Amino acid sequence: MPDCFIYDHVRTPRGRGKKDGSLHEVTAMELASQSLRALRDRNDLDTELVDDVVLGCVDPVGEAGGDIARVAALNAGYGNKVPGIQVNRFCASGLDATNIAASGVMSGQHDMIVAGGAESMSRVGIGASGGAWPADPSIAIPTHFMPQGVSADLIATKYGFSRDDVDAYAVESQKRADAAWKAGYFKNSVMKIKDINGLTILDHDEHMRPETSMQSLASLNASFEMMGEMGGFNAVAVQEHPEVEYVKHVHHAGNSSGIVDGSAAILLGSKRAGKKAGLEPRGRIKAFANIGSMPGIMLTGPVDVTEKLLARTKMSIDDIDLFELNEAFASVVLRFMQHFDVDHSKMNVNGGAIAMGHPLGATGAMILGTALDELERTGKKTALITLCIGAGMGTATIIERV
Amino acid sequence: MTYKNYTFEFDGDGIALITWDMPGRSMNVLDLEAIEEFGKIIEQFETEDDIKGAVITSGKTAFSGGADLKMLEGLLTTFHKERGNNPEAAMQALFDGSRQFSLLLRRLETCGKPIVAALNGTALGGAFELALACHARFASANDKTQLGLPEVKVGLFPGAGGTQRLPRMVPAADALQLLLRGSSLRVDRAKSMGILNDVVPEGELIEAAKNWIREGGKGVQPWDEPRFRLPGGPVYSKAGMETFPPANAIYRRETYDNYPGARAIMKCVYEGLLVPFDTGLTIESRYFANVMQTTEAAHMIRSLFVSMQELNKGARRPEGIEKSSIKKVGVLGAGFMGAGIAYETAKAGIQVVLLDRDSEAAEKGKDYSDKILSKALSRGRTTEEKKQTLLDLIHPSADYNDLKGCDLIIEAVFEDRDVKKAATEAAEAVVGKDCVFASNTSTLPITSLAENSKRPASFIGIHFFSPVEKMMLVEVIMAKKTKDRALAVALDYIRAIRKTPIVVNDSRGFYTSRVVGTYIREGHLMLSEGVSPAMIENLGRMAGMPVGPLSLNDEVAVDLAWKILQATKKDQGDDAIDPGQEQLLEAMVVQHGRLGRKNGKGFYDYPENGPKRLWPGLADIAPVTVDADSVDTQELQQRMLVIQALETARCFQEKVLTDVREADVGSILGFGFAPFAGGTLSYIDGMGTANFVALCRKLARKHGPRFRPNSLLNQMAKNGETFYGRFGAGAAAKKAA
Repeated sequence: MPDCFIYDHVRTPRGRGKKDGSLHEVTAMELASQSLRALRDRNDLDTELVDDVVLGCVDPVGEAGGDIARVAALNAGYGNKVPGIQVNRFCASGLDATNIAASGVMSGQHDMIVAGGAESMSRVGIGASGGAWPADPSIAIPTHFMPQGVSADLIATKYGFSRDDVDAYAVESQKRADAAWKAGYFKNSVMKIKDINGLTILDHDEHMRPETSMQSLASLNASFEMMGEMGGFNAVAVQEHPEVEYVKHVHHAGNSSGIVDGSAAILLGSKRAGKKAGLEPRGRIKAFANIGSMPGIMLTGPVDVTEKLLARTKMSIDDIDLFELNEAFASVVLRFMQHFDVDHSKMNVNGGAIAMGHPLGATGAMILGTALDELERTGKKTALITLCIGAGMGTATIIERV
Repeated sequence: MTYKNYTFEFDGDGIALITWDMPGRSMNVLDLEAIEEFGKIIEQFETEDDIKGAVITSGKTAFSGGADLKMLEGLLTTFHKERGNNPEAAMQALFDGSRQFSLLLRRLETCGKPIVAALNGTALGGAFELALACHARFASANDKTQLGLPEVKVGLFPGAGGTQRLPRMVPAADALQLLLRGSSLRVDRAKSMGILNDVVPEGELIEAAKNWIREGGKGVQPWDEPRFRLPGGPVYSKAGMETFPPANAIYRRETYDNYPGARAIMKCVYEGLLVPFDTGLTIESRYFANVMQTTEAAHMIRSLFVSMQELNKGARRPEGIEKSSIKKVGVLGAGFMGAGIAYETAKAGIQVVLLDRDSEAAEKGKDYSDKILSKALSRGRTTEEKKQTLLDLIHPSADYNDLKGCDLIIEAVFEDRDVKKAATEAAEAVVGKDCVFASNTSTLPITSLAENSKRPASFIGIHFFSPVEKMMLVEVIMAKKTKDRALAVALDYIRAIRKTPIVVNDSRGFYTSRVVGTYIREGHLMLSEGVSPAMIENLGRMAGMPVGPLSLNDEVAVDLAWKILQATKKDQGDDAIDPGQEQLLEAMVVQHGRLGRKNGKGFYDYPENGPKRLWPGLADIAPVTVDADSVDTQELQQRMLVIQALETARCFQEKVLTDVREADVGSILGFGFAPFAGGTLSYIDGMGTANFVALCRKLARKHGPRFRPNSLLNQMAKNGETFYGRFGAGAAAKKAA
């Protein structure tokens, strides 16, 4: 089986995902294209060599609809011969795009391929693509559908994380992200979003609030209490997990992932393809896995998929030097660390989506890049990247620095 | 043309008046014949050119109570018979047969001529669906009129377009609420929701309906207009997403997903609103033919409709005893139960002497009625005059002499043999010889209390449930020497106060308390096994009980459970009780003083502001050792229902119960046993006796001899019998023939 190497990766800064966010003026397609252009330009890449562009997008409707990967690649000037495909596995789309692309290389069917993702949450809107799961009684009822915020609160209740626990985690995420930015850990990978005249529109993650403290978070009300109570979802939570007497609501905007705009792109290829393009490999995709988990509580998939992946690779949790687990909600990360007894010093060491935001379809590709950069910076070898996923799934990838 | 069940008047003004008036009945009902004739009427209406429109009304006080559920039974019988030969043809016939009325209504609303419903009174179920298929609806101003679709309450759902028309007339969220609750609307509310065009004085009803046609009312439904828009917005829209996801969740909260009829309502509305109207009707019919076949529907119809009606009409009243007229009732003890009994009795227009040790206590008992009525008054549900009339019927007193002339005495004093003895003797000294004496005890055997009486033939148990004004069941207990006349009087009284009676023979805890005690015990035992208390409570509700076993124990008092356990141990020996339960209750009651809701400390804490919460101290008394993610939650749920069904079978074998209908109806109305199962014995029948016995044996091996099936069940399993097959009305008829 050919190895799949990571030759490079870039991401955009993350703009606040609202009408006043800096990237709101940038179309979803252009947002994706700028990552693709940056990847090409900094590697002096002949895009004729690219067999496919695989992009994750979670709400692929309206301007992000159809097949955003194809139009973004055309718009980026990759040429008519470079096709594109959009994939959707909700929050893990960017990582799944990478894994799918890597499969093409590992199976010998592709030589060089670009993976990534793009999401303009400010322009398209979260949930814009609809879907049967919450609405169709035939599936919503038997699978205990509840909104993710209620699921996250259920995880906190079931596994015993208090409001202080989740808030403390959030404060640390902000601190770490701030320190990483200040130390320049992101500067090689975060490009600038520019306008048609070359003027910079955004050059930093604008969702961050480094001044966040336990006191400032304490003033926020739990976000999902009303929805859980009035919408009936707390009862659904209890019926899926009857050992829970009642759901304690602990999550709010300050300890959940931020809604942002952004895109990312990763250049993957075989050894031969890299040579042909004159590139040095930076990392290797070692293994990856997907799994389905309990749909109602929804966000526990990272535990299940990591167990599956470790078993298949005959590795132990201690073989992993570094973890990137998307900070969808604080309780998701706390549960993972609790289950595997992973020390916080190995987990999301440069902060995560609570501080910097979670541009749904792009995040998986972004945090894979973050992990690779950190392996290089610290000289460590192995990292595991994983995300919790809507409807109860998990995706995980193990990468190695080369 | 003339019809048997309708009159068809055509006075030449272009508008026909169809009056539904079935001969020999007090209420119109949609049976096969009424539907068939209605089809012919539609044909006449369609084809006769000089008829421009029609008004349909009723010749009875009510419009109609809806469909005859026996009609469905007929379709199902044929289906089951034919299924063996040709399953697909049998299914097709069931599908076609069960949607006949639905298609008829569709034909009516699309025939091009306007038809208006003139609802002179209550219209429910299929009859209300008929009204919805009309192009306009008028109702006469009548407080008592009920409009609605109650099918879900007997395990079905509206299958003649109700799930399609309603959410096209009102927003889906409102329609779902009406459909899922099966609640009915008063005319004013129906008008404000837009379901009725108008409410008019009684005498003007027909004219109002005709005027609607004369003024140009069109024979086209809004949903058949090309530019129709759903009042609640499309399913896949912002409004739709604010409706359906929470509706799915609230559906689960309210039903625990145990009711196929309710589930089908959700699906019909969701799927139906995504397609054109005719396709929606087809979808509704597919679900209807499916839900009809469920055990849940069959058993709910049997227990909650057929059996309950029979019991209400006095199925168990002994023959040959003249109907007693009860004019004056004495209630001994003006506590919570006595006060409730007094209220319910006065509500039926019967004089009540409410007696207690002093007049202050007696007055306090009467205040209870005052409180209920004042609340009703503030909500516009009664008038000052009606309130006063009722209150005037209750005479609080501390003087036994006031009991003179009572037809019935109901003793509801403290559960203490000596207190009861004194009350019985004092009352008997005053009342006449025809007066029946009843005790409302829930724990003391009636036969033993009857020993206090000089006239044991007239001594009986009338066991009310708490709170009296809300609980529909009354358990009548025959003591050894109770004679039929006392039973007849008790049943006449219960009929007068419009409650449902069951008649049982004496036993510790009678039927209901005895069975519900096993449920509570199962909860105690699970707790002592290390199952988390929240899980026990939630699984109890998920299994179909109205409250968890620990909650229920808090309501009836934990020390009572402790006392009963001690008494059982004393009477029947150490082996009769479970040491795990004894240990738990001793810790609760003796060591920690946790007596239940009455002292604010039971399995739950009862904070002043906020909901009750499980007492954290339980973790020390009964540490949680069972892993929540790996425990077999289905088995835990089964244990809670099986133990109750098994105890009922034991009651049946011991002849505490003698009528399967009473077992089922009593279990649902008395302690809320899984209504979707149709009651405790229907639960066994639904599973199949052999399967039930096998399950009991499996549970007995794992959890002890309390799950061992009795000999009756073993025998029935061997013979392939069901309770209704062996003991039901059909079986009795077979025996007689």
